Amino acid sequence: MKKSFKNNQLVLSLVAVLASFLVAILVMMLTGLNPLHFFVALIRTFSGYDVLRGNFNPRYIGEFLQTSLPLILTGLSIGFAFRTGMFNIGAEGQVIMGSLGAVCVGILFDLPIFIHLPLAVLTAALFGALWAAIPGILKAKFGVHEVVVTIMLNYTALYLSAYVLKLLPGSDNQKTVDIASTALLRSDFLRSITSNSRLHWGFIVVILSILVFRFIIDKTTFGYELRAVGFNPSASEYAGIKVNSRIVYAMIISGAFAGLAGAMLSLGTFDYGRVMFHFENYGFDGISVALLGGNTGLGILLSGLLFGILKSSQTMMQSLGIPLEIVNIVSGLIILFVAMQYGIQALLSRFSKGKEREDGSV
Amino acid sequence: MDQFSSMFVLALNYATPIIIASLGGLYSERSGIVNIGLEGIMLVGAFVAASFTPLFENQLGTITPWIAIFLAMVAGGIYSLIHAYVSIDLRGNQTVSGTALNMLSVGITVYFCQIIFNQQRTQAFRNGFIKQTVPVLSKIPIVGRLFFTRIYPTFFVALAIALITWFVIAKTRFGLRLRASGEHPSAVDSMGVSVRKMRYTGVLLSGLLSGLAGGIMVLTQSTQFTVFSIHGVGFIAIAALIFGQWHPLGVLGAGFFFGFSQIFSIYSTDFKVLQNVPKEFFNMLPYVLTILAILVFSRKSVGPKAVGQPYDISKR
Repeated sequence: MKKSFKNNQLVLSLVAVLASFLVAILVMMLTGLNPLHFFVALIRTFSGYDVLRGNFNPRYIGEFLQTSLPLILTGLSIGFAFRTGMFNIGAEGQVIMGSLGAVCVGILFDLPIFIHLPLAVLTAALFGALWAAIPGILKAKFGVHEVVVTIMLNYTALYLSAYVLKLLPGSDNQKTVDIASTALLRSDFLRSITSNSRLHWGFIVVILSILVFRFIIDKTTFGYELRAVGFNPSASEYAGIKVNSRIVYAMIISGAFAGLAGAMLSLGTFDYGRVMFHFENYGFDGISVALLGGNTGLGILLSGLLFGILKSSQTMMQSLGIPLEIVNIVSGLIILFVAMQYGIQALLSRFSKGKEREDGSV
Repeated sequence: MDQFSSMFVLALNYATPIIIASLGGLYSERSGIVNIGLEGIMLVGAFVAASFTPLFENQLGTITPWIAIFLAMVAGGIYSLIHAYVSIDLRGNQTVSGTALNMLSVGITVYFCQIIFNQQRTQAFRNGFIKQTVPVLSKIPIVGRLFFTRIYPTFFVALAIALITWFVIAKTRFGLRLRASGEHPSAVDSMGVSVRKMRYTGVLLSGLLSGLAGGIMVLTQSTQFTVFSIHGVGFIAIAALIFGQWHPLGVLGAGFFFGFSQIFSIYSTDFKVLQNVPKEFFNMLPYVLTILAILVFSRKSVGPKAVGQPYDISKR
């Protein structure tokens, strides 16, 4: 039973991806563009190989991997909340707060690297966790739905972080001073083997996070209780699980993953804090990553890599004459088709008569 | 007084799209469908209005913005049907579907900017809406200065939609059925009224109004469309809907309030008292207040009861 469910999820995800690509191809053809260029850009982004010129550049691989890192983490964040029956649409804000925490520690402290770097990364997780605890507590104590609260907290985080970053010593209206090198995830080794991409040590944090995600969900009583709450809160309550406290813990862990994504950005991809007034969509893309990955550790890893390829192929698309927004269209379509999974499932079950039909709700 | 009245008029201008989109959200949520895609629908509306205007303003003259917002409204309506289909017919998760609408809109609009105008934005238009002074009424003391002097005509559109919505929701048979679909769909169904139709209507109205709001916003507050044209106003509209407790006149009041809080961030440097308050504080205000409002009202639970739940006829 469990196995067939997993396969089912895989089929649904593949159908969603294929359908999105088909629609995107259609859009390109209708607007008089050559969809082959779209695939040339995608292939070059994930393999480093240029089909048109026949040369190879590993920098593309490094770039797509480093773009995937925060996406996998926001995917884990949202996936973890989903498993407990909550929609953490606020990962965007938690990423911003995590990033803020990492930047503050990176700039304000002067410590040796083996303390400074872990401290900066853990502060990011802590800031994300605390920011996510707010909707968790409000839901547990007052029964307030988390979706609206987290949306509002996204914007609050955006402006709050802009304000605090500008207060840090030496900041101007766009960015802070450079973060101390002892707090950076930067890796000269990884850069040298990928001909100067921005790939950084953050990938270790991501691998550990995936393992932690799988361990908590699959191997602990706590994870079992979380899933039980996600399936049926009333039954869990009746079975003696403290539903309210589980909701708060789930949000805290979910927020910690998102906060780590913020550390990837400010300590890895960049080496200074950025004063922003617009979202970068890592949190929102995380929704697609989690849903496409079926909210499992491995699924999220794979779909995170896919979205990383899409997101980092944008410059290449543009230079090949395809508007880079085609990538946003594809990711929007993927999440739309995932939302349609009930319908897709009904369609699939019509094709394969003998198979048992299963109810798939998000 | 001069400063105050110009601030007041600007606040009404900022409140206009918030009120209209929020009323759109009201129709959808009252029918039982959560629509967090208002932001995306507004973006589509803004794109359509801002593309039409520079291309046709030479031929059509001063009527151009009115046609443009009409087209924006139609585009918003069509775009919202995606959400209606996914959440009503396919019984998909409404929050996911709304998020999809938001994400897709960013891609589609800028993609077509590149196709039509060869850049990331639309070509700038020369004339959006023009501020007008209403004859006679502007002579009324105080009120004339505040509401009828150098004001965008679109504000009166918002006012009219709010009053009509109040009438439709509270006084008509359609309004009763719409509300009932959001509170107790099986009761509606048992009376022989199609819940599906009511909910489709609710979502469609939310699309039409959000599209209109997006069109009005870009033609009164910008000179061209960019991906940042809506910058979160769709979410402020959701906040206004909650703050206004799902009531048309409450939404109108909340819309005014958030309009004011937006312009405070622009004017804060002009006031001695506010000078030391950082601009970001005013930017945050609508969102923080909404969270507080949700808390205050959380005991009463006034939102539509069946909102967010697909209606499954077989579970009746």
